Amino acid sequence: MRRLKAQVSHLFLPLSVLVILIIINLIKGADYFSITVVKGALYGNIPNILFGASELVILSIGMALVTAASQGQDIGIGAGATITSAVFVLFVLNAGEVTLLTILAGFLVSCVAGLVIGVFNGILVSVFKVQPMVATLILFMGGRSIAFMIDGRLSPILANDISNQIGTVIPGVPLQTPIILTAVFIAIVAVVLKTTNLRLYVESVGINPSAARLNGIDPKKIIFLTFLIMGICTAVAGFIAVNKAGRHDSVNLLKFIMMDAILAVAIGGNSLGGGKFSITGSIIGAYTIEMLNRTLLRLIDVDPATIPAFKAVFIIILMVVASPVVRDFAAKALRWVRFRADSGTVPETGAPDAAVVSDPDTPAKKEV
Amino acid sequence: MLSENILKMEGICKAFPGVRALHNVDFALRKGEIHALMGENGAGKSTLIKVITGVYEKDAGRIALNGRPIHFRSPKEAQNSGIGTVYQEIALCPNLTVAENMFVGRGRYAFVQWKRMNEKTTRLLSSLGIPARPTQQLSSCSLAVQQMIAIARAVDMDCRILILDEPTSSLAEDEVRKLFELMRELKSRGVGIIFITHFIEQVYEISDRITVLRNGELIGEYEASSLPQIELVSKMMGKALGDVAKMKKLEPLAPDSGVPVFEATALSSNAGVRPFNFTIQKGEVNGFTGLLGSGRSESARAIFAADKVTGGKVKMNGRRVKISTPLHAMKQGIGYLPEDRKGDGIIAELSVRDNIILALQVMKGFLRPFSQKQAEGFADQYIQSLNIKTPSTNTPVRSLSGGNQQKVILARWLLTHPEYLILDEPTRGIDVGTKVEIQKLVLKLAEDGVSVTFISSEIEEMLRTCSRLIVMKDREIVGELSGMNLTEHDVMQVIAQGRE
Repeated sequence: MRRLKAQVSHLFLPLSVLVILIIINLIKGADYFSITVVKGALYGNIPNILFGASELVILSIGMALVTAASQGQDIGIGAGATITSAVFVLFVLNAGEVTLLTILAGFLVSCVAGLVIGVFNGILVSVFKVQPMVATLILFMGGRSIAFMIDGRLSPILANDISNQIGTVIPGVPLQTPIILTAVFIAIVAVVLKTTNLRLYVESVGINPSAARLNGIDPKKIIFLTFLIMGICTAVAGFIAVNKAGRHDSVNLLKFIMMDAILAVAIGGNSLGGGKFSITGSIIGAYTIEMLNRTLLRLIDVDPATIPAFKAVFIIILMVVASPVVRDFAAKALRWVRFRADSGTVPETGAPDAAVVSDPDTPAKKEV
Repeated sequence: MLSENILKMEGICKAFPGVRALHNVDFALRKGEIHALMGENGAGKSTLIKVITGVYEKDAGRIALNGRPIHFRSPKEAQNSGIGTVYQEIALCPNLTVAENMFVGRGRYAFVQWKRMNEKTTRLLSSLGIPARPTQQLSSCSLAVQQMIAIARAVDMDCRILILDEPTSSLAEDEVRKLFELMRELKSRGVGIIFITHFIEQVYEISDRITVLRNGELIGEYEASSLPQIELVSKMMGKALGDVAKMKKLEPLAPDSGVPVFEATALSSNAGVRPFNFTIQKGEVNGFTGLLGSGRSESARAIFAADKVTGGKVKMNGRRVKISTPLHAMKQGIGYLPEDRKGDGIIAELSVRDNIILALQVMKGFLRPFSQKQAEGFADQYIQSLNIKTPSTNTPVRSLSGGNQQKVILARWLLTHPEYLILDEPTRGIDVGTKVEIQKLVLKLAEDGVSVTFISSEIEEMLRTCSRLIVMKDREIVGELSGMNLTEHDVMQVIAQGRE
C-alpha cells in the first residue's frame, strides 16, 4: 500500500498534465472521447494519440534507462532509427517476394543494426568515458547520411500489404497495429523488469557508481547494457515508423524525436542526472507529449508551423510549476493556511504547548 | 543572569514528514562561554543548529538574541545578526589565498585593494595566533589551520555567536590543541561558542556547560564540572553504561592454529601499498593500525580488490583463489565495509531495503531477483536485529542518520554471511551508543567463527576489539602486536621504531 502511494506521488506530474490536457480538450468540444468505427477498427482522438505516440513511447523507455545509468542522454536515437529502418528496407526490397517471413527477418536484421549502434555508443560512454550526449552526437550528425548510403537513394518506397498492415491496421483487428506492437513492447519491458535485477543495478550505478562497484556490480557493463537496450528500442521504433510512412525518408524520419523523448523522461518525474527511474512515468510522459501536440493543433487555428512556439511556452509553464522551488512554496503556503485555520494564530507565536513552558529567568512573552 | 544570555531559545519544535526532529527544546547560550551540545546521531543537534542559523524554519517556539525576539528566514540573515557557523567540511575555496578566502563574498575591498586586504588579514591572523600568511594558497595550509581560518573569517564578520559543528573530527591531537587555544581566546573576547563533537574528552577539556538532547527532546543542561563523564554518556544513550566495561575481547589465537581463513602473500595494489603478507584465522579479530595515510585502508582495499590488484597470491582456507574484482572477493565469502560511507557505501536514494539486500542480490545474480516478500523479510530481520531506526523499509537510506546508515551497510554484509569481514572505520562520525553496539557486534561475530579485520583511527577502540594489531607506517607493515593487555603506548613505540 505504501509502495503504491509512493508510486502515485511519483506520477503526480505526468498524470496531472494529462488531466489538464483532457479538460482543455473537453472544453473545446465534448466529443473528445468519441470513437468511430471504420471497417471494424477504432478511430478517434484517443486511438490517434496512442497510434501517434508509439515510437516516442518505445524510445522514451530506452531513454529512461540510458539516463538513469549513464547520467546523460542519447541524442542520436532519431538518426539511429533511420539507420536501422534503412537496413530493414534494404533487406525487404532485396529479398524478392515480400512475405511475413521476410518482414520478420528484416526486423531481426534491423535489431542487429540497432545492437551495433548500441555497442558503438556503449563503448564510447562506458569504456572511453565520453559524455553520453557527445558520444551520441556522432550518430546525430552522421546517422542520416549513413542511412541514405545504405539505401543508396532517396525515399525508397515500401509498397506491400504486410507493411501497410503493420503501419496501419490489420483487417478484423479493432486496434491499429502500432498500438498493439507498443503494448507488446511495454509488456516485454515489464516482464524484464520483473524477472531481472535491471532496476536495482541501473539505479545503483546511476546513484553511486563507486558503491555499486564495491558491491560487485560492474558500472561499465551496466551502462553498456542500457545502450544495448536503447539499440533495440531504436530498431523497434524505426520499424514502426518506416511501416507507418510506407517509405524511407532518411531526412525526415523521426526527426527531433530525441527532444520529445528526453522531455517525456523529464515529465515522467525522472531526474536527468540519473539514478532512480520510472518507466511508467516516461510512458505517460510520452503519451502526454503526443496529446499536447494534437491538442495544440486542435485548439489553435494557426499555421501548423507556429505550433512549436506554443508547445515551448506550455512546457516552460509546466516545468516552472513542477519545479522544486514552486512545490516547496506551495507546500509552505498550504501549511500556513492550515495552521491559521486550526489555531487562529500566526505560526511565529509558537504552538499552544510551547506557551506553557515557563522559565523563572524570562517569563514567556507573546510576540506577534 | 538574565542579561548574560546572548541567545535564548524556548519551546523549539520542528518536524519533518514522519519524523519529529525537535520537540519543545530550550537552549540558552551565555556571553563568553563554550557550550557543548551533545547527543547521539539523530538526537536533533544538527536540526537545532539549522534552526538557529536560519537554514530551517522552526514550527514553533521563540528565539531571542540579546533579549530581542528574532526570526531568521535565511542563513544570510543569521550571519548578519552575528551568528557564525563553521562546519566539519570546511566551506572555503582551497584554490584561493588565505586573504582572498577571508574576504570573498564580502564586498568591501575584496579583490580590489589587495594590499589593504592582505594587511587586514595579517593583523587578524596574528591577533588570533593563527600560523598562516595571507598570500598563501589555502590548500597549502593544514586542515587545522584551514579550520581556524574559517573561524577567523566568521569572527571578523562581527560574530558574537560561533557555532562549531564537529570541528575536530579531522584534526590531529596537536592541531586540536591549537584550535582550543583559539576558542579560549574568542571566549575571553565575549564570544559565545556552541561546540558540537563526538569526542567526550574534548567536551570536558574545554566546555563550561553541556546541553544534552536525545530523540529530539531536551534531556537537560548541566555545568560540565558537575557532570561525571559516565553520567553524560548514559544521559545521551538513555541507559546505564555498565556494559562497555564488561566487554571482553577474545584471547589471541596461537599463530599456527590451523589453516588461515584468508592468506595473502606479497599482495599489492595500484593504490601504492607495498607488497605485504597477511593472514587471518577463523574467528580472529585483527586490525591494521597506523597514522592517517599509513596505508591501512589501502591494504584492506587490496584484499577486497577494491583497488586494482597488481600482484601477489591469495589463499582462502588454504586453497589458491583469484580475486581481481570485488565480486570475486564477495563470492569467496569476504565482505568489506568501506571507509567512506557516503562515497563508497550507501546508495543514497535507494530504499533501506534495497541497500540491505544489494550485496546478496548481486551474488545471487542479475537474472535471479529476490521476491518482494523475501527482500522485505531480509530487511525487517536486520532492521530488528541491528536496531536500525528507520520509518520503513521503503525509506531512502539518505534520510537516515549517519549511525543508522552505517548499520544498514553492516546489515548488507551480515546478510551475505561472510566468512571474513573487513570493517574500515565502521565507527567514524557515529555516536557513542552505536559505537559500542558495533564493537560488541564484532566480538559476537568472532565468537560465531567469522574472521574480522577492524580498522579505526581510534587506537583505543582497536585495542578493545582486536587481539592482533598489524602496525603500518609509510605504506608498509612495520610490526605486529598481539596479547590481551596492549596499550596505546605499545603501538606508538612500534610506529616510532619503524621496521624491526
